[in-house]
Amino acid sequence: MDWLQQLINGISLGSIYALIALGYTMVYGIIKLINFAHGDVFMLGAFIGFFAITRWEMGFIPALITAMILCAIIGVIIERVAYKRLRTATRIAALTTAIGVSFLIEYTMIFFRGATPEAYPQVLPKTTINILGANINSQTILILVVTITLMILLQFIVHKTKIGKAMRAVSHDADAAKLMGINVDNTISATFAIGSSLAGAAGVIFGSYYTRIDPLMGVLPGLKAFIAAVLGGIGSIPGAMVGGFILGIIETIVSAIGFSLWRDAAAFVILILILILRPAGLFGKNIREKV
Amino acid sequence: MKRSKAFWIYLAIAIVVYAVVQVMFMNGMLDIYYQNMLITICINVILAVSLHIVIGITGQFSIGHAGFMAVGAYISAICTMKLGLPFIVGIILAGIVAAIAGLLVGVPSLRLRGDYLAICTLGFAEIIRIVFLNVEYVGGAAGMVVNHATTWTYAFVAVVITIMVISNFTNSRHGRSCLAVREDEIAADAMGINITYYKVVAFVIGSLFAGVAGALYAHNFYIIQPTAFNFLKSFEILIYVVLGGLGSLSGSIIAAIFLTAVSQYLQAFPETRMIIYSIVLILVMLYRPSGLMGTKELKDVFKVKKRGGSEA
Repeated sequence: MDWLQQLINGISLGSIYALIALGYTMVYGIIKLINFAHGDVFMLGAFIGFFAITRWEMGFIPALITAMILCAIIGVIIERVAYKRLRTATRIAALTTAIGVSFLIEYTMIFFRGATPEAYPQVLPKTTINILGANINSQTILILVVTITLMILLQFIVHKTKIGKAMRAVSHDADAAKLMGINVDNTISATFAIGSSLAGAAGVIFGSYYTRIDPLMGVLPGLKAFIAAVLGGIGSIPGAMVGGFILGIIETIVSAIGFSLWRDAAAFVILILILILRPAGLFGKNIREKV
Repeated sequence: MKRSKAFWIYLAIAIVVYAVVQVMFMNGMLDIYYQNMLITICINVILAVSLHIVIGITGQFSIGHAGFMAVGAYISAICTMKLGLPFIVGIILAGIVAAIAGLLVGVPSLRLRGDYLAICTLGFAEIIRIVFLNVEYVGGAAGMVVNHATTWTYAFVAVVITIMVISNFTNSRHGRSCLAVREDEIAADAMGINITYYKVVAFVIGSLFAGVAGALYAHNFYIIQPTAFNFLKSFEILIYVVLGGLGSLSGSIIAAIFLTAVSQYLQAFPETRMIIYSIVLILVMLYRPSGLMGTKELKDVFKVKKRGGSEA
């Protein structure tokens, strides 16, 4: 059954998009900034994972955790250095800075190690399970398990912990949250840390699944993840997950029916259609602009 | 009457600049390297000015400008290479088709605001690029061979026309309506300005000149490829406008000239160039978010100086 195989491939790709999209949606929800550098944190995560596995000889899970921790630190540094001053600035200034940060990360990486791709080491055991005629390898299963675990963890953090409560309060109304004694700066930093660590995890997963990483690899998945976030309704965590999965499946289907050169276009067509027809996304609420 | 006097002065300056450079070419004082650099500067100035009318004047944050440039480049290349039309017809058709593309993209996407509009225009530009990538008629990913036809004269005349049209538009009633839309859409709407109309008009004019720049760009090299029009190119144009000052025509022009010259010298070090670009961009945005010139024009800067800053 070919369609089942494609569905599984789509879900694997979609889970990577979903992990990146979660970071986008959290950051956007809290400071209304499209963090263009998020895709590059994903790239850095992939490279940290690569070094952890090859140089420091770690296994998959320790490498994943190392990448997550380092990416969280990088995310907080980016926020403190580049975005903190811009909270009251215009949207154009903030977005331009984000683009600048994205370029800075990409080309600094190229400056130090060149643009050549790197082959990801084989860390996961490769056994193939046959279910209903579709081949599922153990990588796919492990990736799905990791992704779903991280998503459940995120849901737990956002809905059950104090910092999650603070995050929701700040995203609802930052000034009121401040009056209630919430440390807004720390909450925003925490959001960046969590979002970036998820992107880092997605980087390691991407590397071990697609076995090829390069300094510009974050650009397209970054944009796709943003599309996924918009598709699900930006600011909504379940929306980002569902959006990521839908996008991954649609892309795989477009490739599978023989239009692989058009798959990037398909993602952008979806983006434009959703922006025009339902700008709030599938799970979003439509907010009227006040005068 | 005062404005028309300034207009003649600018035109005279333009003719003098053109004549001086032309004489220098003829004397052999400027070799082919500088000639090429001047043409590149002209193309980038057209791109910067055409994006300036969208972002700086109308306040619509579009980051897909390279898409319209791609339309212009390919349409003009088809005209000259496949249909055998003269270059000038290619430029005009490139502008017209790019303007139509701008209309088609603008009408649906300009309903969106801010970040969403930015992402939407980026998406449209990528779709345009992917379409050219997949059309075998124009060479697909391998690109399309184009004759070298862009000369200093073509490029300079195009720059002068672009600046003239856009500065006249800005100073007209329509331009002021666009400025009102930039400052406050809701207030402009309440004052009876048809905001959608002005947004689309500015967008179409911007696309038209981006198409012209694309035509000049295509005929300045021997080959055009879809990768030349990816979002890196769009961001490069955006950097000219943002760095020069959002809302400053002369700022965009100066930034385009300066950055093109700098990047020509740094051509051997593309990574260094991008690192410098991005650091400058971040620093300018952090410490001077309105860009180096703000909304001031060159003549305002001199005016303030003359009166000892009393008017500032």
